[in-house]
Amino acid sequence: MNPLAGIGGAVGALGRRALAGIARLGRATLFIARLVPSLGGAWKRARLIVQQLYMTGVLTFVIILVSGAFVGMILALQGYNTLVRYDAQSSLGLLVALALTRELGPVLTALLFAGRAGSALTAEIGLMKATEQLAGMEMMAVDPLLRVVAPRFWAGWIAVPLLAMIFTAVGIIGAYVVAVAVLGLDGGVFWSQMQAGVSVTNDVIGGLIKSVVFGFVISWIAVFEGYDAKPTSEGVSRATTRTVVSSSLAVLGLDFIMTAFMLRGL
Amino acid sequence: MQTKGTELAVGLFIVAGLLALTMLALKVGHFHVLGRGQTYQVTADFGNIGSLKPRAPVTAAGVRVGEVRHIALNPRSYRAVVTLRLLKRYRFPRDSSAAIDTAGLLGEQYVSLSPGGSRRYLKNGGKIRVTQSAIILEQVISQLLYKKAGHG
Repeated sequence: MNPLAGIGGAVGALGRRALAGIARLGRATLFIARLVPSLGGAWKRARLIVQQLYMTGVLTFVIILVSGAFVGMILALQGYNTLVRYDAQSSLGLLVALALTRELGPVLTALLFAGRAGSALTAEIGLMKATEQLAGMEMMAVDPLLRVVAPRFWAGWIAVPLLAMIFTAVGIIGAYVVAVAVLGLDGGVFWSQMQAGVSVTNDVIGGLIKSVVFGFVISWIAVFEGYDAKPTSEGVSRATTRTVVSSSLAVLGLDFIMTAFMLRGL
Repeated sequence: MQTKGTELAVGLFIVAGLLALTMLALKVGHFHVLGRGQTYQVTADFGNIGSLKPRAPVTAAGVRVGEVRHIALNPRSYRAVVTLRLLKRYRFPRDSSAAIDTAGLLGEQYVSLSPGGSRRYLKNGGKIRVTQSAIILEQVISQLLYKKAGHG
């Protein structure tokens, strides 16, 4: 065993991992291309989508409400602490609203959704594969993409923007409560500064666009990882982890790109 | 029965999401709150508007009564012509005055109206004659320093 062989092996392993990653990206793209024709057909069984909206959206509702309220309250406390030094407390409402509508609402919702619902989607589909339910459906001439994957994909995609809007709204209300009840700011100033500085077309719609993109990406990664999982208990567990990790990274990376584009457009 | 509950919950969820979006659009954001039908426009000339921007609020006694619609420079008098959009339900006497104030030390600038005593009111297309320009903080400070230096 010479040392060169060891280095060669390490480089080879690195290359194999990189190739495997690129191959995974390719499989994910082929998967979405195969899924697209089933997406329209999924609406013929809207009940399945509604059921999945319950699993992904409604069951994530509470965590979004609680986190949104806390994030808003924290922002109010932190923002006040800094703004009061410049005697600019009256801008607290604006600060909180801009932070929530542009960034924190869409991004934190996407991260929470990936952890709460994305992982569950992957685990469910992966387990269906491991227990050969998907193969069984194919045997009965039922298309698992149409019957299992498409409704889950739609539900995730629809749920994320709605949750992001709820998160943002609840956050602003939480900040208002802290600002008025705890910090003793004037409620009218809080709202009027916010209304003067937040633009619907740039900030609110911009945040909405972000969350629509995040919803698409998280749902895509979640159903793909489930469908692509190795049909073993370990494979499902690794796929679930990968869903959370890749979708979180994808959300943050895409957020940077979209923010750069949106700010330049202002 | 179980599906009924699910459907109801999903429906409520979607309604909540749309309500949140409506709240963000109407309560949080500025979405041309002033409709065309309920407003009238008046202009006011200022020597200097500071950093006043379109859509800045117009207030009277601190109450928001309209917004800045448009800002232009008069090519002959070299004064800034500010077009204000005021809510119809607030009428102001013809001899009202307009001033550009700043909210707080670093806050945004806005137009504040002080009503006069005339019995005739400003109409659509009318003009506010008495105006007070924006106070430019740097100029005030430099004047102050200059005076101080003068006193020795």
